[in-house]
Parts: sequence; structure tokens; C-alpha cells
Amino acid sequence: MNRTYYGKLIFELSKQGRVGYSLPKNEFEGYSLVELDATLSRQTELSLPECDELTVVRHYTNMSNNNFGVDTGFYPLGSCTMKYNPKLNEEVCQLPGFNLHPMTPAKYAQGSLKLYDEVQKTLAEIAGLSRFTLNPYAGAHGELTGLMVIRSYHISRGDTLRTKIIVPDSAHGTNPASAAVCGLQIVEVKSLADGTVDVEALKPLLGPDIAGMMMTNPNTLGLFEKQIPEIARLVHECGGLMYYDGANLNPMLGVCRPGDMGFDVMHINLHKTFSTPHGGGGPGSGPVGVRKGLEQFLPNPQVRLTPNPSLVERGADTSAYELHCETTPLSTREGQGVSPYVSFFLGNFGIIIRAYAYLLSLGKENIPMAGKLSVLNANYIKESLRSHYKLPIDTVCKHEFVFDGLLEEYGGDHHDPEHVTTLDVAKRLLDYGFHAPTIYFPLLFHEALMIEPTETESKETLDDFIAVMKRIAEEAKTNPQLLKTAPHDTPVRRMDDVKAVKEPHFTYYK
Amino acid sequence: MQTAKHSTPLPREGQGGGVAFKYFPHTADDIQQMLDVIGVRSLDDLYAEIPEEIKLHRELDLPSEKSEEEVRSIIQGLAAQNKPLVCFAGAGSYDHYTPSVVPFLASRSEFSTSYTPYQAEISQGTLQYIFEYQSLMANLTGMDISNASMYDGSTATAEAMLMCVAAAKKRNRVLISATMQPAVLAVVRTYAKFHGVDLVEVPEKDGVMDKDAAREQIEKDDVAGLIVCQPNRYGLIEDFTGLADLCHEHKALLAVNTMASALAVLKTPGEWGADIACGEAQSLGIPMGYGGPYIGYLCTKEALVRKMPGRLVGATTDADGRRTFVLTMQAREQHIRREKATSNICTAQGFMCLYVACYLSLMGPKGMHEVNEQSYASAHYLHDELLKTGKFEEVFPGSFLNEFTLRVKGDAHKLREALAEEGYLLGVPTLFKENCLTIASTERRTKQEIDNMVECIKR
Repeated sequence: MNRTYYGKLIFELSKQGRVGYSLPKNEFEGYSLVELDATLSRQTELSLPECDELTVVRHYTNMSNNNFGVDTGFYPLGSCTMKYNPKLNEEVCQLPGFNLHPMTPAKYAQGSLKLYDEVQKTLAEIAGLSRFTLNPYAGAHGELTGLMVIRSYHISRGDTLRTKIIVPDSAHGTNPASAAVCGLQIVEVKSLADGTVDVEALKPLLGPDIAGMMMTNPNTLGLFEKQIPEIARLVHECGGLMYYDGANLNPMLGVCRPGDMGFDVMHINLHKTFSTPHGGGGPGSGPVGVRKGLEQFLPNPQVRLTPNPSLVERGADTSAYELHCETTPLSTREGQGVSPYVSFFLGNFGIIIRAYAYLLSLGKENIPMAGKLSVLNANYIKESLRSHYKLPIDTVCKHEFVFDGLLEEYGGDHHDPEHVTTLDVAKRLLDYGFHAPTIYFPLLFHEALMIEPTETESKETLDDFIAVMKRIAEEAKTNPQLLKTAPHDTPVRRMDDVKAVKEPHFTYYK
Repeated sequence: MQTAKHSTPLPREGQGGGVAFKYFPHTADDIQQMLDVIGVRSLDDLYAEIPEEIKLHRELDLPSEKSEEEVRSIIQGLAAQNKPLVCFAGAGSYDHYTPSVVPFLASRSEFSTSYTPYQAEISQGTLQYIFEYQSLMANLTGMDISNASMYDGSTATAEAMLMCVAAAKKRNRVLISATMQPAVLAVVRTYAKFHGVDLVEVPEKDGVMDKDAAREQIEKDDVAGLIVCQPNRYGLIEDFTGLADLCHEHKALLAVNTMASALAVLKTPGEWGADIACGEAQSLGIPMGYGGPYIGYLCTKEALVRKMPGRLVGATTDADGRRTFVLTMQAREQHIRREKATSNICTAQGFMCLYVACYLSLMGPKGMHEVNEQSYASAHYLHDELLKTGKFEEVFPGSFLNEFTLRVKGDAHKLREALAEEGYLLGVPTLFKENCLTIASTERRTKQEIDNMVECIKR
């Protein structure tokens, strides 16, 4: 990691009179904003920075040197699937032909609409479902969209009392939050000691008020929920639908499909499973897929391939892609219809192009291989580090697994107030040039350290990581202070998080 | 163990063995050594616990892997099937100039391949540009604070509605102007239906929100908030004088949705006295890109920070006393609060903050004024030239910035189609107004382009 601190803000580089743009001469004489009524015009000063081009280029380039990304080093962040982001994807999404205004008539956007449909169909085959919408912008947005589908399904059948959704206690925080935004009440189901859903605890929760159940499989501990056929059967029997949180889809690719597990609705994170960049927190993409019979509840607009007589004249293809909006109004509890829209248009289209390039590149041969190698990598790290870190669940994992901190002989006893914490281990990892794993999640363990390596990491990288993790464990035993004050070699040191809350500064001006 | 019908070939035939694919580094030896450490015989053995009846015992029904040249060629072929038109449309997406520096800096993979900056010590780049973005948006909107972005302008407005309800506690009714951009209104309506918010549309009068109708509703003292739009769905600039006082007298919040570029010249949400500013920031240098990725902004007053959804970056100091930046006030968010969070949002549009920060840094106050000045001039010139053809008529009185609505004397749909054949995208059909088009222009449209299109119309 580059150790140079660069802490300037663009506002501090500004000097009155400098510009960083060039616009053509105004060709339209006789029209000016001064005509605008003063009561409608901005009166307060616009204090934007004033900078020349090179100042801006250097500023953001220096800033980027203080950032860690997949292209910089290993990112074993659990539940985030930080795989390599192929550069070909970045190239093709920039093609000028894709820079359309969203209201371009479908006739002039056939290429984009076809691409959307191809991705939609590919995801349906991978998921074992019938149809996907690519409109949701991210995983949590997909969850919300999928839950809307589930609610619409029940309401369309006059089954209006189904207002509760079952969520395992180990679920991602977005699951209960999305359900709450969708107007559903959350019923939590407990996990067994091995982290999987307790089917006996589930049974009494099922009834005529249950809209469905949200699960991720493998779960957040990286364990495959073996009881899934039984769970799906029970939920379906009580009239509910099964929702699959696709955050952990990667290890399942081509091996076992959510549709075949018994799920009815799911989302996929293109920025996890299908290699689009995470961008420091978005833009992502969260396509939602449904089983046959639920397609009409997907949000608008929908892309459809329909016969087009105007193309028959050309003697070529007789069908064309069109934008379709579901006109059947869904009745809601207020008794009024709603045509569901969750996005401005067809979602993060630029991200969808990247995912298409990835899916084409891998093909049917390599898509399953991605999952298998990610599982190989995760198990390899797990088995190599259990000599130093507490492994609460000793079984073959899928793409990720959880340690419960250091073993006691390495200072990890959390009953000891002086113990070396998971946070200390995570911060020390930064000194060695690795990103930290996900920490303190899932909430089932005190010192959770959740590791997901992904298939794009080589054995050499994993061996380096394993060696460093062991070295950190030794340091924890011999020199715990070194961990407690870590990181030491990063551009900046540990932050004062309390000060950030107590003396809030959210803008440069205040 | 039952043998799977479709087992993984290991290794694939070829030089050096392994899986021999450019994104997978594993050689045959690597795989064997790793399997030995784990204590299983094959990759398929790693899936032994999965019931056989739910496994996929066949290949995926997808095409075979493609080389780089093949992928490029397929996608280039699709791009070639599109026909980008000279854009005179807006309705939430505008064809503005993007300085070349913006996509250049945004291509730095130290930024793009990073995750949400939870490890602040190695994520100062991301945190710093988000802090700059927050500062810039707060200044543009005239509000105290901005969050670290929402998905787009429509979901930002839906979140503003949820904020109103959360802040009001016991009130569940939110008013929204019928002059809201239709794409935004459709999303807000969807969120309202599912969340159970009583969303009431305030009717329009002469193309702007009927303020008397709004007053009548607000005076019932059961309204949590009012959401208005600037410029509105017809392109008209609305006058919100008195609205904030009216809302506040009756304990309701005022949220103003403004097209971001216009904030540089129009009276700001802060100046109108709004509690929430929200909207689409695509107009700040982000390509139209067939609808995304864009970026929604959401700004508010300091007193409402704990009701705000999404991520928030704050300044602090590190152990050496240097100014640094961290994600803060996380007690509002889903990963801590679960179902009690202010929103379900997790991933937003973080990377697009970099686009906006770079764009505004290059444009500065002078550039933002110039962009608006030129967009205003070209739109007004186009408006007057279209009227001169005698084939259009005015629909509404009132001022506009770079977007306006005219009625076509004849079939608007046919005219728009005919112009598309000539290579022009003339506006978008105005919903619920027969034969009307809502037309936009920007600083990218030349006089020549306008004159050529007007010639086509005259023919």
C-alpha cells in the first residue's frame, strides 16, 4: 500500500478565475437567463471549486493512490464476492451505440433491447426460473422488487392477510429492511447450532398470515441448507412463496439452481456473481427472477420480443423487441390499482452490458467452474488456518466461512477484556497489503471473521494470505499491542469514529 | 456417494493442464494440492452434502465460451443495431457535455474495483470524493447536508416520501404535485402502495401545481409532507413562494425535486425553505446511457440527519491527528438496525459521486452558469423556430429553462416518427395531453442541428 497521505480537498485547490472546461461560443443571440424573473432565480452564491484541468487530474489521481481495490490486492470480504472485474467488459460498455436517450423509440434501440433480453434469458437458465427483470439497481433494491412480486401475487388472489415474512436470524440486514419498506412484518426464525435453519422452529410460524420466506443458500455462514426441499415444501404448503437472496449464488453456479431448490422469486447481484465492479458502493445491479406464473407481477417497463409487421417488408426477421407495460392493474389493500415501477427506466444498463460480456466470455463450460473454484479456495483457506483461528462449524463450506476470532492460545479468549479482537486482526491485515474480511457478521458469533476468497485468486495469493494470517496470530501472542494499534503502514491510521458522530462534519462548508 | 451424471472434467486437456481459462489461475497441480489439504478427492466432492435430487445433472443450456474478439464482435454488433438520434428529449435525462477528464479519471480501477469503504484506512480515496460530492450537492441545493447518493432521482424522491412519514411519526399522508416527472411519479406511487403511505396527488392548473388545492389539503393538519417538482413535467418553472411557511405552520415537510444542473441558476430548495431536496443528478456530466447508471441525490437540513436514508461520510481525525474521512451515523442503516432502519438501501451509486465531483470541479461556477445559459438560449431558439413553422401551438404560459411543451397541429406521434427517420428525437409524448410533445435542448445542440430539423418539419 502506498503510504503517502494525501488529504487535500478540491475546494482547497480552487483559485478564483480558473476554469477546467471549454464550451463552444453561444450561437443563439437574443436569449439570456437574465430574462428569468428574479423570484425564480438563484440568489445565493454558488461556491463550486475553480480549477484548471491538470489540477483536477492530479487531485483525483493522488486520491486514487490512497484507495484499495481488487486490482490492487486480495479482497477476502465475506458475502461480497470481490472477484476480478474483466477489462473487456469496461471496454464494450462504452461503445457509443449504447449511449441512447431512454425515450428513444424501440425501433432505434433494438440492439440494447436484444442485449437486455439475452441477459434476462441467460439468468433464467442459470437460476432455473422463468423470467427476469433487470430494472432493479442493486441487491437490496432487488429484494424490495421481489417482495413486491410476492405481495402482488397474494393480493391478486384475494389473499390479502398475508402480511408477514419469515427471515432467518443469520440473514443479511437488507432482508428485514427490504421487507419493512415493502410493508411486511418480519418473523425471525432461529438457527441451529450449526447455523442452518431450525425446521422444527419454523413449523409453528407457518400459517395463513405468511406471505413467504427469505433465505440465502448457502447461508451467511457459507453452509448449504440441506433441508431446503423440506423447507420449501412446508412454506408452499402453507400458501407462502420462497424468496432467494442471491448474494451467495456464486458457489451454486451450474451445480444447483435456486429454482430447483424450490424458490419462486430471487435476485442476483450482477456486481457479485457476474463480475461487474463494485465501484466503492455502487452502481450495482439486482435483477429479479420469478417462477412461471409470476411474470405478470414484475415491474415495468418489460422487454418483450413481439412479431413486427413493419420488418416483414425487409424480408428479414419478423419480430422486434418492444417495451411492454403490464396494464392489468394490481389491486392493493386500498383497492386501487398500481402499475409497478421501481426505476427510472431499464435499470443500470451500463452494468448489464458488462455482465453480458462476462457471461459470453465464460460460456456454459466456465460458469460452473467459477463456483467450484470459489468453493475450493474457501475450503483451502479454512483448512489451512484452523490451527490458529477458532472454527465454530467444522464442515465443508461453500464459497465462504466464518472464524470466531483467534484461538485462545493466540489471545482470542473473548472473556478476557484484554483479548485480541477480530477488529485488531482485521486492521493488522491492512499493514500486510490485504483487505480485511467481513467482521462482526453474521451476528451469531462474538468475534465473527467472514472470509470469501472467490475463484479469481491464485493459490500463491491464498498461500501469502494464509502465511500472513498465521503471522498475525503469532504477533497476537507475542506482541498484542502491535495489533491493537494497527494499522501502521497504511496512508492513514485508525480513525476517531466517535468524533465523527459527536462533532459531525458532512460538508466542507460546515 | 452416488455418482453425479455430470461430473467436472479435471483437468481439461491441454498444455499445462488446469482449467485453462483467463479468469481462473488454477493449474491442475494447484487444484490437486488444494484438494489434498482439504481432504477430498474431487471438486464435486465439495458438494457432497447437497441432495442429488436438486442438483443440475446436465450442462447449462447456454452457448460455449467465447474468445475476447468474439465477445467484442457480438457486442459491437448489438451496438450497431441501435441508432442514436440527435437528442431533443429530456424528461429526466439530458444530453449534456461531459469533459474528457471525467471518464478518464473514472476509469481508474483503484476507485472502480473497490468495495464500500468500510476499512477507512485503505479507502480514503473513495471517502474523500464522496465527502466532496456531499459538499458540492449541499451547496448546489442550498441545504445543510447530502447523503452519499441514492439509485436515481425517482427512488430518491420515493425515499424523500418515506422520510416525511418517518419524521411526522403519526401522519401517513403525503402530497405530491401532479406536475412531477411521470417516471418519478410512477416509482413514488409504487413505493407508497407497498409501504402503505397515503399518497395524494395535488392537481395542476395551467401547467403548474394548483397551490390552492395544496393549501386546502395541508390545512387539514394530517399531512406529513408535500413533494413538488422543478422544472416540472412540462418544463415549466414553478413558483413555490409561501409553500414552506404553509407546510411548516401545519407541521408538514416540504420536499423539492429539482433537475440537478438547473440548481446552479434556479432558486434553490434551500432558498424556497425546503426540508428535503431530492432528484436526479444525471445532468451533471453523466452520459444518457439508455437510462443508467445515473445518480439520485438526497439533501436535507441538519435536524433531519437521523431520518436520512443511505450512507453518509463525515470528517474526523486519525490516530496521528490528520484530517480523514469515515462512514458515519451508521446506526440509521440496515446492517445495524435491520427492519428498523431508515431504508433498505445498501449499495447505492457511490462511483457516480466521482463523476459528479469531477464534473463540478471542472465546470466551476462559471461553467455551470454557461451550460445553463446556452441550454436556455438553444431551447428558446428552438421553441420560437418551431412556432414559426406554423405547425405547433403554445400550451401553457410561463417561464421555462431548457425544456418546454408544445401542441402539434396534427398527429404528434406521426411527426415524431417521421423526424426519427431523419435522425432526430423530437421530445417525448406528453402524458395525458393529446398531441403534445415535451421538448428539450442543451448546450450540445448546435444552431445548425436545430435549423436542419426545423427544415425537415417545414417539408
